[in-house]
Amino acid sequence: MRYMLLIYGDERAYAALSEEELAAGMQQWTDYTKWLGEQGWMKAGDALQPTSDATTVRVQGGERVVTDGPFAETKEQLGGYYEIDVANLDDAIEAAARCPGSVHGTIELRPIMEFDLPQG
Amino acid sequence: MTEREAVGTTDRSAGAVDRLFRHERGRAVAALIRATGDFDLAEESVQEAFEAALRRWPREGVPVSPGAWIVTTARNRAIDRLRRDRVGRAKVEASERLRELQTMTDDPAEIPDERLRLIFTCCHPALPIDARVALTLRTVGGLTTREIARAFLSSEPAIQQRIVRAKRKIREAAIPYRVPPPELMRNRRDGVLAVLYLIFNEGYGATQGTYIRRDLCDEAIWLTRVLNGLLPVDPEVRGLLALMLLQHSRRDARTDDAGRLVLLQDQDRARWDHDAIDEALAMLDETLELRAPGPYQLQAAIAALHARAPRPEHTDWPQIAALYGALARMEPGPVVELNRAVAVAMADGPGPGLTLVEPLADRLDGYHLFHSARADLLMRLERREEALEAYRRAAELATAPAEREFLARRIAEASASGP
Repeated sequence: MRYMLLIYGDERAYAALSEEELAAGMQQWTDYTKWLGEQGWMKAGDALQPTSDATTVRVQGGERVVTDGPFAETKEQLGGYYEIDVANLDDAIEAAARCPGSVHGTIELRPIMEFDLPQG
Repeated sequence: MTEREAVGTTDRSAGAVDRLFRHERGRAVAALIRATGDFDLAEESVQEAFEAALRRWPREGVPVSPGAWIVTTARNRAIDRLRRDRVGRAKVEASERLRELQTMTDDPAEIPDERLRLIFTCCHPALPIDARVALTLRTVGGLTTREIARAFLSSEPAIQQRIVRAKRKIREAAIPYRVPPPELMRNRRDGVLAVLYLIFNEGYGATQGTYIRRDLCDEAIWLTRVLNGLLPVDPEVRGLLALMLLQHSRRDARTDDAGRLVLLQDQDRARWDHDAIDEALAMLDETLELRAPGPYQLQAAIAALHARAPRPEHTDWPQIAALYGALARMEPGPVVELNRAVAVAMADGPGPGLTLVEPLADRLDGYHLFHSARADLLMRLERREEALEAYRRAAELATAPAEREFLARRIAEASASGP
């Protein structure tokens, strides 16, 4: 069963961290990623650049509308994700609770939709 | 009268189905979910099995093992359904389930009780709390959606939708159908107990409509008994069961013939259910000997001190105040502090009680029982004007008609006692 672990946090708080805090934080993420791998749960994972680097695109009546910034202004922003493959929601909750992002921010767990594709 | 009662009044075998439905439906559904991994398939098959029983038992007589007959018939219905209407990927999964089902025994002694899995799944923290309540009452308790809607003054479609969404989430988010492993047990057990106590409390003092909903209290007690019977000895499960039995033992004395509230100190203690009290006290004594205290055991111990007092003036208020103190250390919160303050007022007088009540004003300003407790103390201190004001504030905040009526009487009495 695959889940997305969507990691939300306050990116301004993140930007205000000192060099040492950043290094310590990075070590936690590295350890966590390693742990996910050891569990056999890790499928993929990335961190995202801040929403100040985001571009929003819509096509309205055939016209491309390209705007600067994120889709929605919120207190916590999507900062990264993991895709995991685990037995059930309890394991996914375990993975989310151990993620460093769950301490200062919020993890949203979303099951990945599986499609019944035609064979051949 | 419930639908189940209505079925049971005419025909003896219909009555047998009715009683069986109450006790065996949850068990059969739990076994079928275990085998099929599919809530809807399990419930539909069990429903069909009960319908078949209603048709056949009056003619053919009640089988020796009615419960096993229901599970076996439901299993056969599930096999028929799986053969009939599954396609694609679902069909592959279905044939795996079929194999599981076909290995299910016909021997009732070997059909395991899977209701623990069902209870923990229905009370999973990833489900919204109102869905946990509705799903537990529906699948474990065997209540109809109509009965649940009536109990919570909601509409049938709303309850139905809540249950459909919860089942969908169990399936799509892969909430496991299992008893939690040891490292999750304590937390999940607390979650189950919270759901059961919530059901009980809605029956104990309904926020709207008829004040005491006995059927809901009975349901919560029955569910807690099932949990207690299936889990290894757990002091908090027993503590909750004892607490519910003690609170519910006062049901006939808590309101008068006109449905008006009667305070604990004014209740006719002969009308308490002394069989229930005896059962609860014995259970609690045995449980406290395990020396693993918890919030439910403490609350039961407090209720037990009331139950043990033959007359109100025999109540051991200093001990009740001490137990609330212990509860506050375990689960700090302003409502526990308020209860402790009331007990202190009974033990040491209204002055010391009020001293403990006043600092809670900020946190409990929106809670009607804070204002009514404060008003009672002010009355005892003969500060009538302040008491009246506090009673009025309580009456504004109360929602249950029985409580509003009670507070209106208090206001009238306080006004009349003036100079």
